Amino acid sequence: MIGRSYRENAADIDLTAPKGRSLKQDALRRFRNNKAAMTGVVLLILLILAASVGPSLLPFNYEDPDWSAFRVPPSIESGHYFGTDQNGRDLLARTLYGTRISLAVALVATLVSVVIGVTFGAFAGYLGGRIDQAMMRFVDIIYALPYILFVILLMVIFGRNVFLLFAAIGALEWLTMARIVRGQTLSIRQREYIEAARASGQSTPAIIFRHIIPNLVGPVVIYAALTVPEIVATESFLSYLGFGVQEPLTSLGTLIASGANVFEVMPWLLWFPAGFLVTLLLSLLFIGDGLRDAFDPKDH
Amino acid sequence: MLLYALKRFLTTIPVLWIAITVCFFILRLSPGGPFDGERPLPPAVKQNLEAHYNLDKPLVQQYAIYVGNVLQGDLGPSFTSEDFNVAEQLKLGLPYTIIIGGAAFIIAVLFGILAGIYGALWRNAWPDYVLASIILLGLILPSFLLAPIFQLIFGVELGWLPVGGWGDGELRYIVLPVAVLALPHIARISRLMRGAMIEVLHSNFIRTARSKGLNTGPIVLRHALKPALMPVVSYLGPAAGYLLTGSIVVETIFGLPGIGRYFINAALNRDYGMVLGTVIFYMVLIVMLNLIVDILYAWLDPKVRSQ
Repeated sequence: MIGRSYRENAADIDLTAPKGRSLKQDALRRFRNNKAAMTGVVLLILLILAASVGPSLLPFNYEDPDWSAFRVPPSIESGHYFGTDQNGRDLLARTLYGTRISLAVALVATLVSVVIGVTFGAFAGYLGGRIDQAMMRFVDIIYALPYILFVILLMVIFGRNVFLLFAAIGALEWLTMARIVRGQTLSIRQREYIEAARASGQSTPAIIFRHIIPNLVGPVVIYAALTVPEIVATESFLSYLGFGVQEPLTSLGTLIASGANVFEVMPWLLWFPAGFLVTLLLSLLFIGDGLRDAFDPKDH
Repeated sequence: MLLYALKRFLTTIPVLWIAITVCFFILRLSPGGPFDGERPLPPAVKQNLEAHYNLDKPLVQQYAIYVGNVLQGDLGPSFTSEDFNVAEQLKLGLPYTIIIGGAAFIIAVLFGILAGIYGALWRNAWPDYVLASIILLGLILPSFLLAPIFQLIFGVELGWLPVGGWGDGELRYIVLPVAVLALPHIARISRLMRGAMIEVLHSNFIRTARSKGLNTGPIVLRHALKPALMPVVSYLGPAAGYLLTGSIVVETIFGLPGIGRYFINAALNRDYGMVLGTVIFYMVLIVMLNLIVDILYAWLDPKVRSQ
């Protein structure tokens, strides 16, 4: 890689050493050349903007009914561009707000899963031996069981609390992350600088948090990006079944569930939230795949 | 081979034990008991109820009783349904779930494999691209979205198929639920199959077969199919699990009387006993299906056995 550089014309050539490209720059270039991934980035930015700024720009609130417009189909004249629902609530406002909640759930749950997965995986990989065996066997066992059942169990017991939903999904979605992190840690702990840290008398947690985890950022970011769409889908699945976000608060899954009940008479109540959910999932999927391809080219 | 099967069988015991233990303690250590409803019961009545359901005993003893009962196939009482205990309700729902899930499983495997081979043979030509976009659609559309769309198109607009219900179990009632359940797995299996097939078709022994003058048909069927099937076989275990949990949604949407609908109703009514029993039942089923698939895999691939 060293010494490869592109120059437009010969006159510009200087005699200093040509600038090499780091692995990270290489990966970024590959990512930028990936059309699907870049489309995903643009779509995601638009969705985030719409979900964060949108609701405050609209004349309608997500929970207050417009008494002059019940069950209005989408139209420009009425000001309800996506129409209204049975209670006269503006669907555009509700969809944007629902997107915001879905994104927030996904973000927090991903964060929880990253924290647990990285810590668990790094400790298992660094400690090694019996402890590692026991920890990973535990992961294998939980892995064999569909976690959606645990989530439903938790929602039944603790009531339908949105914050608990964040935590429950995140606390169960960390298994793959732990496996990936453990694998990486196994190779990192052989390095000289870890040996040096150990020789200088640092404690195990200090070595793990200061020397191992910072070097895991690449794979963790890639896998976290792949986790987000899964969590969005899980959240809407649970909300659809009635275990997730509750009225009057709304998420894309809740909107789709209530839209699906009346889709024969008011199809727009299904189509718009569904369109948003599919766009969101597609863009997240493209970004995750793009990141993986960029940082891990052998997986093409 | 028999030794491997036995070893693999023994590993399921700790898995099930941990699953049951975790579920039991999540439920028991949670705040509030099953009888803390919106209207509090008279203390004497509550005491009697708790004595009846063994809830007044120490936790460890409750746990021992519960595990003992589960081992005998008794999943405990339902806390909201008077006439049926958990095991009886599951027995009522099981045939429907097995028919829907089994049909979806077979269809997903068959179509997934065929589509994967097709995609591999037409690699990077338009049939492959058409297939890839259908696969993407199958991966991205959640079943709770796919179901109303199918209902709208085939049930309402075209009027070909009923929108829901079981009828007398006629084929036309089963088509839509099975299609919704199978489609995501057709997508996943065909993606696995396509990748594996492309890899196998590039290997040396296929080149030899080609240089002997064999046509594509015999090459694929006689030489490439078996090695390319390996990743698909290893996916079958998880797929069976996903199909079971997926059938929860499908049964709810299409109003089918399977286990999934009992489960959702129980969960929405906060029927602790039923939820716990159903979760444990699902887990046993999934662990057993995984066991079968792993043994099948070892039978196909001698390398796994010798490890």
